Amino acid sequence: MIISRFLRRGISTSTSPTRRRSWWDHVTPALKDPINAVTDAFLADPCPYKINLGVGAYRDDEGKPVVLQCVREAEGKTGATNFLESTSTAISSKLVEESAKLIYGEDSDVIKERRFAGIPALSGTGACRIFAEFQKQFYPDSTIYFPDPTWSNHRNIWGDAHVPDRTFHYYHPDSKGLNFVALMDDVKNAPDGSFFLLQPCAHNPTGVDPTDEQWLEISSLFKVKNHFPFFDVAYQGFASGDVERDAQAIRIFLEDGHSIGCAQSFAKNMGLYGHRVGCLSILCNDKIQAVAIKSQLKQISNTMYGSPPIHGISLVSKILSNPDIKALWLKEVKVMATRIQRMRATLREALERLGSPLNWQHITNQVGMFCFSGLTRAEVDQLAKEFHIYMTHDGRISMAGVTTKNVDYVARAIHEVTASDRDIKILHNIGAYKVNTDICSTSLGTKKTRARGMNLAL
Amino acid sequence: MASTLLSLASATPSASLCFHEINKGKLNLGCINKEKTNPFIKAKSFGRVSMVVASNVSHFEGITMAPPDPILGVSEAFKADDHELKLNLGVGAYRTEELQPYVLDVVKKADKLLLEKGENLEYLPIEGLAAFNKVTAELLFGADNPVIKQQRVATVQGLSGTGSLRLAAALIERYFPGAKVLISSPTWGNHKNIFNEARVPWSEYRYYDPKTVGLDFEGMIADIKAAPEGSFILLHGCAHNPTGIDPTPEQWGVIADVIQEKNHIPFFDIAYQGFASGSLDTDAASVRMFVARGMEVIAAQSYSKNLGLYAERIGAINVVCSSPEAAARVKSQLKRIARPMYSNPPVHGARIVANIVGDSALFKEWNAEMEMMAGRIKNVRHKLFDSLSSKDKSGKDWSFVLKQIGMFSFTGLNKAQCDNMTNKWHVYMTKDGRISLAGLSLAKCEYLADAIIDSYHNVS
Repeated sequence: MIISRFLRRGISTSTSPTRRRSWWDHVTPALKDPINAVTDAFLADPCPYKINLGVGAYRDDEGKPVVLQCVREAEGKTGATNFLESTSTAISSKLVEESAKLIYGEDSDVIKERRFAGIPALSGTGACRIFAEFQKQFYPDSTIYFPDPTWSNHRNIWGDAHVPDRTFHYYHPDSKGLNFVALMDDVKNAPDGSFFLLQPCAHNPTGVDPTDEQWLEISSLFKVKNHFPFFDVAYQGFASGDVERDAQAIRIFLEDGHSIGCAQSFAKNMGLYGHRVGCLSILCNDKIQAVAIKSQLKQISNTMYGSPPIHGISLVSKILSNPDIKALWLKEVKVMATRIQRMRATLREALERLGSPLNWQHITNQVGMFCFSGLTRAEVDQLAKEFHIYMTHDGRISMAGVTTKNVDYVARAIHEVTASDRDIKILHNIGAYKVNTDICSTSLGTKKTRARGMNLAL
Repeated sequence: MASTLLSLASATPSASLCFHEINKGKLNLGCINKEKTNPFIKAKSFGRVSMVVASNVSHFEGITMAPPDPILGVSEAFKADDHELKLNLGVGAYRTEELQPYVLDVVKKADKLLLEKGENLEYLPIEGLAAFNKVTAELLFGADNPVIKQQRVATVQGLSGTGSLRLAAALIERYFPGAKVLISSPTWGNHKNIFNEARVPWSEYRYYDPKTVGLDFEGMIADIKAAPEGSFILLHGCAHNPTGIDPTPEQWGVIADVIQEKNHIPFFDIAYQGFASGSLDTDAASVRMFVARGMEVIAAQSYSKNLGLYAERIGAINVVCSSPEAAARVKSQLKRIARPMYSNPPVHGARIVANIVGDSALFKEWNAEMEMMAGRIKNVRHKLFDSLSSKDKSGKDWSFVLKQIGMFSFTGLNKAQCDNMTNKWHVYMTKDGRISLAGLSLAKCEYLADAIIDSYHNVS
């Protein structure tokens, strides 16, 4: 490649606009991120009643993004002092402490004895990446086990840190629930001391979580195998509506004496998506080891971007450390989680009322922002082309995008694409349903060929 | 798709000697034993109680402290000192004449506007805030620059200078495996760390001449010429850190000549646009000269110093390409690198910069505040020079203090002399002899002059 680059050399020093050879000729366009690609397709769609069920960002019942009231209150309390680099260290330490209390429990021994090393991180992604780099540095030959399936970016994160990945069984496509037996088998068969990525609640993308009893068994087996559990906590509060409840898996592991690692994100549960606030913590033997590990984590982050931006850190630390604002936040988390639970129930009822022959129990069994619908790729494409409903190719629906106004339409659309014999549909799919964009530019319901009595009131 | 996989597959980690040596060194700092045997007790499953025995041994048992950061370590030592005449000339953060941190008025205004607007906090696109990307490229290249009009610049918002450099380093590692980055000797301490972590090999070109306390221009040109064709030459756009020594416009022309001759790629780090001369445009002259010659250029920007947005981490990486198609492809790959690092960049700092640079009234105000800050440093330089010249009877030429530019001055003091500065005079600076004039007030110039004269003449 280097030789061809030299042959290709010869940048013209003139400023003529004709196509010149470039250093970057061999750079091909990157594959689009699968989740963002859904949003891009949605944005490009001119249809007025299009629906985005792609990215996992909370929407209210009007389908609008929400800035939480607790965030506005915390904003009111922060000021220009944030910009002073001298206050950054204090605020960052506060964030780490409050985040640790939130996930490990205020009265946990780990907190009392200060047996954790923590740094603020660029939301969940940043926390995972720093850990992946840390894992690579101190266990250069290790691998990471991901649940199958997992969030699509996990593979890229550990991949870019040069840590190879494996999977363990997780989702059972037939039951649309947890494949617990196969999961335990995989955990048992992995070499001792393997690194595992676990999602403690509101699994992304499936919404399938182990029960407490199952977590107890998983934790016991981890002890026997001496595996390292790394928890990616992106939805604390979003599963049950209660932050303490949603931390149960982690509390179980703590009880069993595991020294876990934990990536926390405040993107969803505090609605701070764009601020990129999170925390990476690793539990240690003692305070001294905590200081050493923290210094190593800091060094990794210093060579990647320095430190995370202070604004988001400041908001989160205020929200968590001010009892009134924290109480408000806990209420707002419950409201968000409850709305999603209600939408799950409503969507399922609507599908059952339509007489769908399929079993839609999983919509209410699954937990958190996402529903792993079981829709095939062809059905997902059809939903986008014909009904202007967008979701990721694996059939993952972001329930946050469902509202009381659009839930009936969504149900009817899903029913439409799944009602007839699925095998025949796949065969005829190419010609059977053509893109019909005319319906969008006219008033709703005029094109009877597709409207078919569907309630398009949004 | 196959070609994408192919190009990614060929971007193997660098196997250069430099990287391995450094990596070995790093492993020595804190690597636990890598034996495959399980160092932990393997208890049988007799129920949960018995397993507690194996519980309290950490997987990260043997990890040792990372070495302290040489620059930030100075501030910590300063804090610990309670001498009344102590002076912190360590980290390059602007201070007022009263030696207080300074939040620009224009930033306060922009921040207030943001609060009033109450915009949502949704994810930015991976490449960052579009409004920010537009104004940041215009600020660096000039709004009327043909490269912008022809859409030949791939701009991606980054986390200040560090984050932007890291994105570029990862791009180099992926698409030019084995290619070296040449960095100045000396340079900002974190440059080496960034390239090491990104697995990009580097070597140094001569820059600082201790004899003249100025630029070793011949050495610099010779070393750039001697580097393998197709190397990346890291250049400080203005206000070189740590020396404060910048090439003259004529010298920049020669540097550009050599880089073109040797098929190298110029890679600018612009952390002080506005802080060198006081004019944002003037300070971009070196970058603009290279771009005007039709060269493809990489340029990392930071708003930490010139807008005082240190803690908000706002900057950008720009890659000027020979065509808009190339720019689009490069941008997509920068995004591919950013997604598994942090998914998308933070919104707050981007909105502040977009508001300031995009609003003509606020932009004017910023220009004025920039001139004021750079002006204060120029005044301090003059006062320091006057104090040194009048107090030192040896006839030593202290004019380098005036010739150097930007926040920093390389005093020419060696390590022992720097130690004397700290131990005897309670003046805190980095051991390479660098002082941050941003931390010096007019009132303290005479004291500092005494300290420098004493250390220079009485300590070896």
